[in-house]
Amino acid sequence: MGLDFSVIPGYFDALLLGSLWTVAITLSSALISFFGGILLAVIALYSPAIIRYPFRAFAFMFMGTPLLLQLFLIYFGLIQIGLDLPAFVAGVIGLGLHFAVYNSDIIQAGILAVDKGQHEGARTLGLSRLQTIRKIIVPQAVRTVLPPIGNNMIALLKDSALVSVIGVAELTLTAQLAISNTFRPFEFYVAAAACYYVINLGLEYGLRRLEQSIQTSR
Amino acid sequence: MTNDQPFISVRHAKKNYGALEVLKDINLQVDKGQIVAIIGPSGSGKSTLLRAINDLDPLTGGEIWLEDMQINKELPHRQYEKHINKVRQNIGMVFQHFNLFPHLTVRENITLAPKMLKGISDAEANKLAEEQLAKVGLSDRIDYYPSQLSGGQKQRVAIARALAMKPKVMLFDEATSALDPELVEEVNLVMKQLAEEHMTMIIVTHEMGFAESVCDRVLFMDEGIVVEEGPPEVIFKNPKNERTQNFLRKHLNG
Repeated sequence: MGLDFSVIPGYFDALLLGSLWTVAITLSSALISFFGGILLAVIALYSPAIIRYPFRAFAFMFMGTPLLLQLFLIYFGLIQIGLDLPAFVAGVIGLGLHFAVYNSDIIQAGILAVDKGQHEGARTLGLSRLQTIRKIIVPQAVRTVLPPIGNNMIALLKDSALVSVIGVAELTLTAQLAISNTFRPFEFYVAAAACYYVINLGLEYGLRRLEQSIQTSR
Repeated sequence: MTNDQPFISVRHAKKNYGALEVLKDINLQVDKGQIVAIIGPSGSGKSTLLRAINDLDPLTGGEIWLEDMQINKELPHRQYEKHINKVRQNIGMVFQHFNLFPHLTVRENITLAPKMLKGISDAEANKLAEEQLAKVGLSDRIDYYPSQLSGGQKQRVAIARALAMKPKVMLFDEATSALDPELVEEVNLVMKQLAEEHMTMIIVTHEMGFAESVCDRVLFMDEGIVVEEGPPEVIFKNPKNERTQNFLRKHLNG
């Protein structure tokens, strides 16, 4: 049985829809992972031990266990304690928290790299510690670590394929459904891969534009 | 405020890092509108003293007063934070390395604190930024980022930023030490202008010429004590203490 790519156009709409779901999952989880990462970084660096250590244990849970398992736990496991999340929400929470932990490590390094004079400059104007962190330190830290965070976001896009296992009809699951109808795995996996590739190009372009736009303000 | 109460008063200031004493029983009084220069070799404690005045480097002993308010009073942590943030709004500080916020424009650098702390409107804040920038001669740079400015311009923006809080006193911590020689004068001019407006200023400096021409009083510090103080014409022309003489010989002829 040879290759026959003529089956793809019939599934064009389905693949497009799957791609859109993948983009939606990626962007939603990216937002959670970004702001969650900032929050975790600030907690790790500035909060008292009584708050810091529980959060560190929580963070390590997300770093030290497989993402796939985390998704299963959030989607299938939480139902048992009465938390019945839609698959999309469960997927976004899982991906978002998982990458928030990775982003937090990077952002912590960025915060520590901000010059001490920035803190002093802000405090002498009368800003409180929290105001200084929020308005002066974190914005600068995020600017310097944007490239490595961008790399994480590209990894996030690729790992979003994992949420297919909890039934979110994103790109990978769409490809699998098409394959179960047509028995053409090679064609549809290649088509899905091509879609991921294009989405990734778009993501990279967006990240580069973002980096350029903040060049002068660093 | 009664006339015999000094504007700023440092009483028996002590500061040590472990066994190392950097300030040993310093007393200093500054009247309203007075301009005081602190000179001395590096490691003499002059920057530490200046930074103690707004509690950036807290003293380990002694008191600092601004008018009838003790700056470094003992309070529980939270209350102290509130207190010191209020106090610092009255004390402008200019640093050697400017400490402008690089992610904000010149305008935003100046308006940030007044907007956050005094709750003024955007329009008022913009007007304030324009006024302060005009004063330091940088009106045309209002929407630039700090990275697009020269060192002298950065320092003038830093001064404008401090002035926008309408401080009662300005502290200068070697404000021109990090500048290329040809950029020092533009910053000195701004400081001279402030002096003419009778802003109370305490200036830590290595520029003897500037201290001599602008200041009302000069303190010479060495090894954590005030060795000698007096009007500039006495300190620079006719110092009594041998250490002052040695220091000035090196600095005035070098």
